[in-house]
Amino acid sequence: MAILINENTRVVVQGLSGRIGQFHAQEMIEYGTKVVAGVTPGKGGTTVLNRPVFNTMQEAVDATGAEASLLFVPPAGAADAMMEAADAGIKTAVCVTDGIPAQDMMRVKRFLRRFPRERKMRLIGPNCAGIISPGKGFMGIMPPNIYAQGRVGIVGRSGTLGYEAASQMQALGIGISSSIGIGGDPVNGSSFKDILELFENDPDTDAVIMIGEIGGPQEADAAAYVRDHMQKPVAAYIAGLAAPKGRQMGHAGAIISAFGESAQEKVALLSASGIEVAPNPSAMGETVARILSPNRNAA
Amino acid sequence: MDIHEHQAKDILATFGVPVPKGGVAFSPEQAAFRCRELGGGRCVVKAQVHSGGRGEAGGVKLCESDSEVRTFASELLGKTLVTKQTDANGKRVDRLWIEEASEIARELYLGFVLDRKSERIMIVASGNGGMEIEDLAEEDPDSLVRMEIDPAVGLAQYQARKLAFNLGLEGAQIGQMVTVLKACYRAYRDLDAMMVEINPLVVCKDDTLVALDAKMSFDTNALFRRAEVAALRDPGQEDPRESFAADHGLAYVGLDGDIGCIINGAGLAMASMDMIQLAGGEPANFLDIGGGASAKRVCQAFRTVLSDGNVSVILVNIFAGINRCDWIANGVIQAYKEIGIEIPVVVRLAGTNVEAGRKLIKESGLPIVSADTLAEAAEAAVAARPQSIAAE
Repeated sequence: MAILINENTRVVVQGLSGRIGQFHAQEMIEYGTKVVAGVTPGKGGTTVLNRPVFNTMQEAVDATGAEASLLFVPPAGAADAMMEAADAGIKTAVCVTDGIPAQDMMRVKRFLRRFPRERKMRLIGPNCAGIISPGKGFMGIMPPNIYAQGRVGIVGRSGTLGYEAASQMQALGIGISSSIGIGGDPVNGSSFKDILELFENDPDTDAVIMIGEIGGPQEADAAAYVRDHMQKPVAAYIAGLAAPKGRQMGHAGAIISAFGESAQEKVALLSASGIEVAPNPSAMGETVARILSPNRNAA
Repeated sequence: MDIHEHQAKDILATFGVPVPKGGVAFSPEQAAFRCRELGGGRCVVKAQVHSGGRGEAGGVKLCESDSEVRTFASELLGKTLVTKQTDANGKRVDRLWIEEASEIARELYLGFVLDRKSERIMIVASGNGGMEIEDLAEEDPDSLVRMEIDPAVGLAQYQARKLAFNLGLEGAQIGQMVTVLKACYRAYRDLDAMMVEINPLVVCKDDTLVALDAKMSFDTNALFRRAEVAALRDPGQEDPRESFAADHGLAYVGLDGDIGCIINGAGLAMASMDMIQLAGGEPANFLDIGGGASAKRVCQAFRTVLSDGNVSVILVNIFAGINRCDWIANGVIQAYKEIGIEIPVVVRLAGTNVEAGRKLIKESGLPIVSADTLAEAAEAAVAARPQSIAAE
């Protein structure tokens, strides 16, 4: 079953006509993802990669029954495009765009709350690599061949560090049910806790690895959720042990600005919540192997 | 992006925050003139650098006459101010702010920040001003009052009033505080700020409120639509290596170690720094080369890292998704040709087109150490340091 995307998910690409949108949509189609349409205002009526392009999200959803959307929209228009997707009835939107103003994201989050639960859009990202259910489909910019099929979920902020985890797991013969990039921005669509909840309820996932970093309260919230509500084993790695306080490490959200936001403090909190924390980024794969071992609780 | 105190005061004043009268000065003569403009008597001279803790570092002085202002200004201008918030290099003082002295009855703390938990703008205030917020949170946490602002509604009148009463203000002070709060909120919202801080906000002996200090920082992601804010950037307050990198699309942060890092992706860059530390080394920098890196961008990354004289080894770690290993390999080879690298370089490539990338490195004949995994790469970089440094 996997989470958020499978072989039947009908995907529309916002910004399909652009160079980057087209390049990645092509890769998604080759992988078997059901890309059904594109939306580029002003380009309605054309076709790209043999898919119809529409002017508005509403037209695209009405004509194709799309339920998911991938956004390659530049920062200035990205927030607006997310709201358009939500209004058109999209269930899951993934935004790759980096560099969206924080206040735009605040307004998007507030806008999404207007919808009743059954109509509410789940937003992944922005500033993320995307989502993949290996062997079924993906929406994003990741190299899909590094993900083996299997039963471990990945959720992380960083794209390339997620690739690192997937390839370490592949080398150990461990496959993945779904891998979700939640992005490196301070205000993002879905939190670690939101995604852990989906994995906990997914019958095709046995365990999860969470890849966090310095800055923000989301790892702490996730730790409380794991401690109080999760049955499945969880491994983790927190990047930024060597990062100084008060300096932004690339991601807009990767900055230690309050108590509890350093990697050391997060590692301590996660360990105390029963999460198996990898001691270094090269040990992500073997840490997952350890939590999957049947002897884990006996040891 | 940070701006100077006098710029923040200018901005906040246009939104309706009362600030002391004053003027900016770039020379001792101009500073003395500003003093005379204010009446020629008692005034405050403040160094304009992008850092807090200026007072303790000797960057602020209460002067009694224009000649005292001139003397202090000539001592301060051109000097480097090292505060507890700067690194050991400090920040150069190129301008001063001279303002009228205030008769202080009470000091308050007022800050507006983006609260990542509620994902809203939050006001943090205290009736106990003058201290840094970190110290306040530690020493007097009960004095802190917090209030979230709903972005769909904005700061409601009742919220501002409630906050004023909670801080123990009274009478005419309440209305003034409401004005200050609403003005700061509008400035934050309309200019895409990330932080507005007035510390201290003072109640004067004549019962008026005045912003004695002001600090604003802005969302760099929003500068494309805030040209008036972008124009306030002062490159003189930035680390020149970081400015150079930013101008070439690289995210760079200088650190204290000697192992230079060129990585793609912020998370992998942090993880590589961690791995270096665990292998017994110290990273010289954080550097994210970004997606779709061309050979040219790889060269710029080498130049940036090598501009730090402490660097004795370079570690290149690329897990290509949107990038391609062959482009990166060509970039490394080109950097050797153009820059003439004389220190050891360790390269680890993985992901898209990895075989082609490794082949290029191998066939280049250059003295590049290749590594297959993150752990190997970090260990190889630590091992490649000159013995003199490794022995320290």
